[in-house]
Amino acid sequence: MSSTPNVSARFAKNRFRNTKELIIEIILFFAAFVSVATTVGIIWVLVSESIHFFEHVSFFDFVTDTLWTPLFEDAHYGIMPLLAGTLTTSLVALSVAIPLGTIIAIYLSEFANHKVREVVKPFLELLGGVPTIVYGYFALVVITPLLQIVFPELPGFSMLSAGLVMGVAIIPYISSLAEDAMRAVPMSMREGSYAAGATRLQTALRVVFPAALSGILSAYILGISRAVGETMIVAVAAGMQPNLTMNPMEPAQTISAYIVQVALGDLPHGSIGYQSIFAAGLALMLLTLVFNILGHLLRKRFREVY
Amino acid sequence: MKIEAAANLPELKAIIQKSKRFDLIFSILGFLALLLAVMTFVVLFAQMAITGWERISPEFFTNFPSRRAGSAGILSALVGSILVMLVTAFAAIPLGVGAGIYLEEYAPKNLLTDIIEINVTNLAGVPSIVYGLLALGVFVYGFGLGQSILTAGLTLALLILPIIIVATRESIRAIPQHIREAAYGMGATKWQVVKDHIVPYSLSGILTGIIIGLSRAIGETAPIITIGALTFIAFLPPSPVGAEFPWINFEWLSSGFTVMPIQMFNWTSRPDEAFQVNAAAAGFILVLLTLSMNALAIFLRYRLRKNISW
Repeated sequence: MSSTPNVSARFAKNRFRNTKELIIEIILFFAAFVSVATTVGIIWVLVSESIHFFEHVSFFDFVTDTLWTPLFEDAHYGIMPLLAGTLTTSLVALSVAIPLGTIIAIYLSEFANHKVREVVKPFLELLGGVPTIVYGYFALVVITPLLQIVFPELPGFSMLSAGLVMGVAIIPYISSLAEDAMRAVPMSMREGSYAAGATRLQTALRVVFPAALSGILSAYILGISRAVGETMIVAVAAGMQPNLTMNPMEPAQTISAYIVQVALGDLPHGSIGYQSIFAAGLALMLLTLVFNILGHLLRKRFREVY
Repeated sequence: MKIEAAANLPELKAIIQKSKRFDLIFSILGFLALLLAVMTFVVLFAQMAITGWERISPEFFTNFPSRRAGSAGILSALVGSILVMLVTAFAAIPLGVGAGIYLEEYAPKNLLTDIIEINVTNLAGVPSIVYGLLALGVFVYGFGLGQSILTAGLTLALLILPIIIVATRESIRAIPQHIREAAYGMGATKWQVVKDHIVPYSLSGILTGIIIGLSRAIGETAPIITIGALTFIAFLPPSPVGAEFPWINFEWLSSGFTVMPIQMFNWTSRPDEAFQVNAAAAGFILVLLTLSMNALAIFLRYRLRKNISW
């Protein structure tokens, strides 16, 4: 009967094992919790610094003033010029990225044969991995001079050039997500459509596209978020002057480019200029939030379940 | 009836012909769109290679930035990028993989888990410059880490965390349930299942995510500028490995630094044409770096897909 002490020894080992398991689970939980802490940190930093900012600047001026000159003697704090720059560059970019991204997605999902897809998809992924500063350099050094041949009056910095290149930079994000959404549409729906005599294009546009619309909309929303938050391309190629205009032929500054401009300088911690980049960042976050909520509502409206 | 159909036949054929023509037109359109995206990249890469070629020499890698474009190099930027990536990898890999494992294997179905999951998805859509603001407020001034390599590495770690978490989760999810059940049936604990089965089997998927995350981090410019990294650095951080005991020192973590994309931005924003050549050369090396990392990741994934059979 020598098994009794053995058993209790094994129980003791189990207790140790259980404690170890618990400790590991707690550590892993904290790893997962870091992402929540990041979000809380972002909101806390943006809001708390913005509160200091709005102690000096009235919220009314912030949204109605048409000048943004925080670093000048005669300081004005109207977000409108930066907002106009952000929206104009994004609009130019999306008018390139959404049509082209959608066409590429439909082509890859419904038209291209297996071989083409296997070669092209990794290549598109590579495109998405190119650092944006490189695209910025490309816009400034290659695209702007090219555009100046067509539009001789185009200045050296313009929202058009930055927006166009940004559009190409965003294409891979939109095309890959949209293609995933269309490939998830069950084969039986395509077969039904073909059996009814529809061609490939008719099937793609009238059956697959509507069925995948919810996923395609998320692809667009991601594209919009990227365009609105994109920094280096516009900082390099769109100029650094706040300019209240929606004309893409002019230079202008975006919200993100303003943050870069201030960070490149040497602003003391706690000054109004320092706080202004957090207020600008908050505006940027709210802008992306608005588009995300809109997208969420649209997706709910168009969601289809099979 | 038969006669009627025959009478309509030419008309029907015309309709079919027309529809097929649209098919062809769209095929060409799709191919052209694809070509435009691909050609942009090819032109971009070729332009940088041709313009920057004259500057790429051994000295370009061993010289500090300089007032004269001809003798300026990327030494401090390259070393800075490597050291920042080291910090990023050290922070992001355990946190990202740990979080992925927790969400797939441990997390109970409750509100907190839902919040974490939604949160990871949303973080992936936050503009990178906002991470820079977070780091400026929390790391630089809140924790007093200053404008250092440590701050930059941690910032980029937070930025790529969602990428690593999502990749980890996806490759864990691909492991069939019966593998877990067999291990539990043998009396293994949860952690034993995770460390002996789940992690080894999902390793190549996780590795792919890590490489893609790091290649994204190495090209990020905006958040690093926001924390106030200097653009002109003509010194190297203290060496992480010393000649005396304990051979490793951590002074480099708090050193000032610059990284490749910032060096390129600095050169791009100068009006002097000669510096544009430097920018092209730096961009060429930067793209080569990110491309080879991405290619490695894609290669790993394709190999993995081929080799796995449960």
